[in-house]
Order: sequence, then structure tokens, then C-alpha cells
Amino acid sequence: MADTETAPAADARPAKSVVYCGQCSLPPEYCEYGGTTQRCADWLLKHHPDLHAKLYSEEAQAAALTQNLSSLSVDAQKRAEKDAQKKAAKASAAESREAEKRASSKVTIKRVERNKRKYVTEVSGLEHFGLDLKKIAKEFGKKFATGSSVTKTPSGGEEITVQGDVSDDIFDWLGEHHEEIPEENIELVEDKKKKGAAAAV
Amino acid sequence: MFKKDVSPGAKSKVKSSAQRAIRAKVLETYPLLAPYIDDILPKKEQLDLVKVPDRVSVYSLNGQPLLWQHMDDKIIPHLKIVQQYPWCFQRVRIDRGGVRFVLSGATLMVPGLTSAGGRLPGDEDAGPEYGNDGKELEAGEVVAVHAEGKEHACMIGILKMGTKEMKEKKKGVAIENGHYAGDGLWKLDLS
Repeated sequence: MADTETAPAADARPAKSVVYCGQCSLPPEYCEYGGTTQRCADWLLKHHPDLHAKLYSEEAQAAALTQNLSSLSVDAQKRAEKDAQKKAAKASAAESREAEKRASSKVTIKRVERNKRKYVTEVSGLEHFGLDLKKIAKEFGKKFATGSSVTKTPSGGEEITVQGDVSDDIFDWLGEHHEEIPEENIELVEDKKKKGAAAAV
Repeated sequence: MFKKDVSPGAKSKVKSSAQRAIRAKVLETYPLLAPYIDDILPKKEQLDLVKVPDRVSVYSLNGQPLLWQHMDDKIIPHLKIVQQYPWCFQRVRIDRGGVRFVLSGATLMVPGLTSAGGRLPGDEDAGPEYGNDGKELEAGEVVAVHAEGKEHACMIGILKMGTKEMKEKKKGVAIENGHYAGDGLWKLDLS
């Protein structure tokens, strides 16, 4: 039934192509509500200068202002402005917080002795850098041809466990593929199993 | 509905029979989409069903959310689809002052639609785009919400009140729990 209906209609208009802002992901005309207006404008100027001219030119601004004046009471406008400011402040605060967290968080690569000469490598802290643990684990598995999985730690977080001692390789790989992680934030740890526990077995 | 960022739950493949049913349902709800349905929901592609909190299911294609549905309500397209094919949906328009509330996730209230900047079907100044051939919209219909002075739709949702009633009362809730630009569903990345 559906088949007969999908015959192309005579007046089929092509789909509208919509530009989305690279900063706030909204269509550029809604950027002013996103809280990062200044950066949105810069982005637009760089990637779609024509649109930027349309939205941010002086005439456009003036037109918007008069429209605003006519349709909104002064009071409402003031409130809107205050709201926008608050939103912008919030957005920038969130961002600086994020950056700070990023700078302070560490990635730990830990070599754990499993059985005399056998080791597993545990990588934790990657999630602070916005990486998808599951995907990275798969990557590691493919790259090193070993088992690699996301495991839960007792403290509630998640980490990647790779079979075999590949800590140095992981260090190099991270430096190569994920340059957003500063090298000094990656920590290599060698963890020897406690002698007592080994002896007890 | 998606004011908070949603965390996608289990993803599963949709059976091809179910896929056909979805397609038929979408066409039933939005007959004007018929010429484009093959672009939106290609027959051969594998749809995915992703469950998100609050009993919403999201249908996605190649990691792009396409449609969403709350329990057994009407299937509602993702806003990006609406913005691509705006003429396929019944629409209303809100005035300028309401835009910032809509985009921060507030419930859409009737005064935003009945004021000078708003447009409802049946208004004298509605024009062909908002006129809907003079027919009033009933409660429960899916409408795309456009904004005064903007090109693209900013929200889509189910009407809580018929447009006729709106014009009489001029207050109350128009759309609750819609999907708006910049909300959790908008930002949802499934890939």
C-alpha cells in the first residue's frame, strides 16, 4: 500500500538544506538563544560568511531591534536581556569548569601482575577526556591483538583492561591519536602483586 | 520532555515488518511526507530502536535519530527532519518573546500563539503557510512550532488544546513535553 503512495509527486520540493552552527549545533538564527552567541558569530563568519552577513549585519541587527521594540514591552525586553546574560555566564562557567577538569584529570596506565610473567594493563581516566571507553577498548583489542574490555572498578568507575603488558604502546598510541590529552597527564604505574598474597596461593 | 540530556539505553534492530508498520504509520500521520518517505526512511536500510528514559523510544538510522515516540502516542519526527521538510507539517507560529522560553524547555503557552506575532490556522493574517486551508487544528495533533522572524521550526509537539479553544480562551497550555532545538534529543548522538 505504501508503495503506491510513494510515487514521486509532481510538486516534490527538494529537501531544505539546513546549516547548523558548529558551536551550539542550532540553526544559526537561533544562536542568540544558545548562550555562546559571540563564538557562534565567529564560527559563522568563518564557515558561512553569507549567512553571517544576513544575520549579523547592522541592518539585520537594527531590524531585529525595531521588531523587538514593537512586539515586546520594555519590561519584557529587559528581562529577556538579563536572562540571556545569565545564560551566557552559565555557559562560559560550565566551559571553564570543563577545561579545568580536563587539565587536572589524569590518565593512569597501570601494569598489574597477574601470574608471575603475565600482566594485564589497566587504563583509567580516559572518560574525563570525552572518549568512549567501549570504542577505545575495541581499538586496543584490534591494535594489540589481545583481549580488551571495559571493566567496572570496585570504586564504581570504569576502566579498560587489556591483556598483556602493553603499557608503553598505549602511552605512545594515546600521544599519537589523542593529542588532546597532554602527555604530562598520562601516568605509567607498575603494580607488583603483593608478595604475601602470591606466597599464600 | 528532553530538557535534561538523555542517555541512550539499549539499542536494538527493528524487524523489517515493524519497520514497514512504522513507515505506514508515519505516512498516515503525515500524508504530505509521502513524496519524501524514501529519502527519510529508505526501504532497505536497517532502522534501530533506542530506548531512552521516560518511556520514549527513538528510531534512528545510521546513528542519526529520525523519529521518536512516547509510549503509544503519535510518532513524531526529529526536528532536523522537520527543518528539512517544513511544508509537510501542520504548523503554528509563536511571537518573538516566546522563543527564548521555548528554547529553554518551557511548556508552550497559548498567549504566545494568540498574540500579534503568533499565527494560528484561521487567523486572517495567517497566510497559506499557517492557514491550514482554514481548518482548525484539534487537540492531539502534531504541530511544528515556528518562530516570528525565523526561518526554521524551533519545536515540535502534540497540541494539548484545539486551536479554536485557544482563540476563545487565550490562556493555558498549548504544547507540553515537546521536542525543541537544543534539547537532549537534539543533542543525542547514537554513533
